[in-house]
Amino acid sequence: MSPAGVQDQLDVRIERKSYRTASGNRLQVLGALAFKLGNGEVAALVGPSGCGKTTLLRIIVGLDRDYEGSVQLPAHGRLGVVFQEPRLLPWRSVEENVRLAAPDASDAALDALFATLGLTGHRRHYPGELSLGLARRVALARAFAVEPELLVLDEPFVSLDAALAARLRDELIELVSRRPVTTLLVTHNLDEALALADRIILLSGSPTGVLATVPVERPRTARPTAELAALRDEIVRKVGVR
Amino acid sequence: MNLLLRLTSLALLLLAWFAGSHLLGVRLLPEPQTVARAIIHEAQSGALAFNLGVTLARVAVSFSIAMLLGTALGLAMGRSPLFDWLADPWLVVLLNLPALVIIVLAYVWVGLTETAAIAAVALNKLPLATVTVREGARALDRTLDEMASVFRMSGLVRLRHVILPQLAPYIAAAARSGLSLVWKIVLVVELLGRPNGVGFEIGVAFQLFDVTRILAYALVFVAVMLAIETLLVQPLERHVSRWRPRPA
Repeated sequence: MSPAGVQDQLDVRIERKSYRTASGNRLQVLGALAFKLGNGEVAALVGPSGCGKTTLLRIIVGLDRDYEGSVQLPAHGRLGVVFQEPRLLPWRSVEENVRLAAPDASDAALDALFATLGLTGHRRHYPGELSLGLARRVALARAFAVEPELLVLDEPFVSLDAALAARLRDELIELVSRRPVTTLLVTHNLDEALALADRIILLSGSPTGVLATVPVERPRTARPTAELAALRDEIVRKVGVR
Repeated sequence: MNLLLRLTSLALLLLAWFAGSHLLGVRLLPEPQTVARAIIHEAQSGALAFNLGVTLARVAVSFSIAMLLGTALGLAMGRSPLFDWLADPWLVVLLNLPALVIIVLAYVWVGLTETAAIAAVALNKLPLATVTVREGARALDRTLDEMASVFRMSGLVRLRHVILPQLAPYIAAAARSGLSLVWKIVLVVELLGRPNGVGFEIGVAFQLFDVTRILAYALVFVAVMLAIETLLVQPLERHVSRWRPRPA
């Protein structure tokens, strides 16, 4: 056993992952790929659209077991997942959606969570009555309500306008700093990764592999734009992703 | 406006009845007021309530059994291709077996008992419920299934909050068509092998050529089933679809 605090929360080692196509050929989507996340670490997986990021996430959260390699989850394996689409139950209210995923969450914790995400006035609404931005907030609330050991976010702010995405990003930063949680964020947006992550894992195109790992040392709440811009330029120069 | 149209339509029906009874003669088609008097007479003797109650109980029990088993089977067949392959031939046989054959065989094999009567009705309804719910189970949203699985929802929570709400429109459709089918078959079952109930009364009236009594029982029974439809089935449907945004 490693000493408390330095124990790895997530250990991903994938040899390969391939699909059988309709014509019967095997198409390799993931190549050899390995990374670890420490306790409370926030890592961003960045790569071009369609490079297999979502496939990788599905393997990590256990929705896809047809691969070669191994994934070690945190001890109790309590997961909070925010999918690309909100994936709420349309026939249950906002509050019921959160409570069904997190039956053990206390009223006080939920109150605080709803307040942070600006959902207090929407607790009784049904998902069909919400805008996409609000629905994504509910998905975030649901993932945080389970008090996860591993938080997995798959492009959580995609198809929102820039201002709304920025506001939600700030709310996410506030939630993560209030209760540190090991987080894996998938995005194709480098700025999003720079704002949120302690470490950026750059992925190459298919078959996907790790291109480079870039640490971001500044605390999340105080990241000067100039510094981030410099880091961004460095990454773009190094690997050519945008 | 809608109500007015409906009342006009009903008045026309009564008018046609009057005309018919004058054309065919009151022996073949008694006038509405004669039938109304017969209903009051049967109600006063208590026979109407008794027979109606007995028949409704049979409808309720066989309907519940058929819906419960049909939903479970349909869900299992829609979710598991293997089980679907295994059970589908049985389903096709049952679907194509005439109601009368099932009823007669049930009475021959089990005897002229309540169990046989209820089982025969339920077996008639079962395959239809199964087929309808199976369609719903095939159309279940896989993305919600995945959501439930990553959040480690228990089987019971998944059934109640993820699966059943998606099946609700299919179950409601099966229930609607099922209710009208079941009460028709219950009458046949009573006619053939039960000593009471609306079907039995109609059978007796048929042997005595008592058209008034046949109409009296039939009309009251239809009224009761209509009431169940509007007061029970429709509000239930509204309740399960309350989350759908209403058109403005």
